[in-house]
Amino acid sequence: MRPSCFSYTRASDTREALDAARRGGRYIAGGTTLVDLMRETVERPESLIDISGLPLREVRATEGGGLRIGALVRMAEAAAHPKARALYPVIAESLELSASAQLRNMATIGGNIMQRTRCTYFRDVTADCNKREPGSGCAALKGHNRTHAILGTSDACVATHPSDVSVAFAALEATVHLLGPDGERRVPFADFLLRPGSTPHREQAIRQGELITAVEIPALPRPLKSGYLKVRDRQSYEFALTSAAVALHVRHGVIREAKVAAGGVGTVPWKLTTVERHLVGERPSAALWAAAADKAADGAQPLQYNRFKPELLKRTVERQLRVVGGMK
Amino acid sequence: MSSESVSAVPPPAEPDDPSSAPTRRTFIATTTAVGGVAVAGGVVGGSFLVGSEEAAAAAPPASRVSLRVNGARRTVTVDNRTSLLDLLREHFGLTGSKKGCNAGACGACTVLVDGQRHNACLTLAVRLEGAEVTTIEGLADGDELHPLQQAFIDEDAFQCGYCTPGQIMSGVGCIKEGHTDSPEEIREWMSGNICRCGCYVKIVRAVEQTAGRK
Repeated sequence: MRPSCFSYTRASDTREALDAARRGGRYIAGGTTLVDLMRETVERPESLIDISGLPLREVRATEGGGLRIGALVRMAEAAAHPKARALYPVIAESLELSASAQLRNMATIGGNIMQRTRCTYFRDVTADCNKREPGSGCAALKGHNRTHAILGTSDACVATHPSDVSVAFAALEATVHLLGPDGERRVPFADFLLRPGSTPHREQAIRQGELITAVEIPALPRPLKSGYLKVRDRQSYEFALTSAAVALHVRHGVIREAKVAAGGVGTVPWKLTTVERHLVGERPSAALWAAAADKAADGAQPLQYNRFKPELLKRTVERQLRVVGGMK
Repeated sequence: MSSESVSAVPPPAEPDDPSSAPTRRTFIATTTAVGGVAVAGGVVGGSFLVGSEEAAAAAPPASRVSLRVNGARRTVTVDNRTSLLDLLREHFGLTGSKKGCNAGACGACTVLVDGQRHNACLTLAVRLEGAEVTTIEGLADGDELHPLQQAFIDEDAFQCGYCTPGQIMSGVGCIKEGHTDSPEEIREWMSGNICRCGCYVKIVRAVEQTAGRK
């Protein structure tokens, strides 16, 4: 299909970007989702503000021992960054298991957390979709919903959030840094992506004209073992059916910190607090991994074609707990 | 090396275009025009070529952009909607880069932008101010094929050939990135390029051998 017309401007600094956004413009960074959706006419921005020239491309360790990833850092750059690989392997792994090498060279971290669902009905402008066209209904509820969400769903929407690195960010309790006309603010990652409820068209807690400047991962006790497991229909270059981001801090044979989240199953990256609580204070064992993972699908509401997901989710979490727990 | 060309509408023939005889492409374009489809004046928008209903409407927003393609400086004014892939194919006549899915899913359009492999179909041309683009046409050194081009021939790493330019450009990026330590690693890092003929074993072998020679 042919995208609708749009004007195009390049912002040379953040002030210029914010000014242009106040006049109704829409930011474009890597563009890998936006251009694709514009071609499908799902997105019809009248004005694009190219922010790729802004100085938001730095990855650096924070004073407390965390990590700050600039919003315009490319997925490939973040995944290859020595600090990211050393401190949070789960971030590097989740990025490298996403998309393709080409797309990772283009797409940014800020754009990644802003990316929109891969629900086929959302992408098909002839289908009913409350996210795209509020009030039109949800074709996925009684449609082909094999890949859809089982957690955090509503009568209005059952679409998953497709990002992998967002699952790692959710697990590690990252913070999103935003810059708006009134200054900076920080939003916990758990509050940044919104569950659909009755307003599935509202997907992020970002305000009109605000710019994501960075995602910050807090310091966590060391040593921290972490990793990402992604289960999908083909081995590479595919979205998750289920995934698990796991980080564990084990000291004197006891789990002191457990950070666990799941992807491919929720309308937002799904933090598994019950699983985490089950792990903290316990000694690693095969029985513990199984017992904790058994809580992973609590509250799940499967649809007609994804009844396999709760069991697959439990097994995914159990396997990744075993993998990370067994790391030296 | 550097030659400047400023493109207007219609896209000019390549300076080194050897043939003035009708090609398949010019033939199709000519018959389409004769067939009565109005082609709007103004800016060429690649696959978003304007149909008759819009012909009378105002020209769509366009921007001027200067970039280098295979070493040659190009300055063009394009419809903002034009992708890099359409700029290359429809504007510059560089039809080596292929349009498969036009959605970033198949990799047939892979080119190097500032030395990194990108999907040209998802890249808006107007965003490439100052960029250096390398396509399959710019890979050989004169008559000497790039080692990976030669390896694709030696290994017979294609059947229909449609995905091959994208495979080779992606392979060049993959080798440059250093993700060629094993066939498994090459398969993972080449997964953004789909081959309907299923020549993956030979494609992996061509990339592996070229990387090994470096």
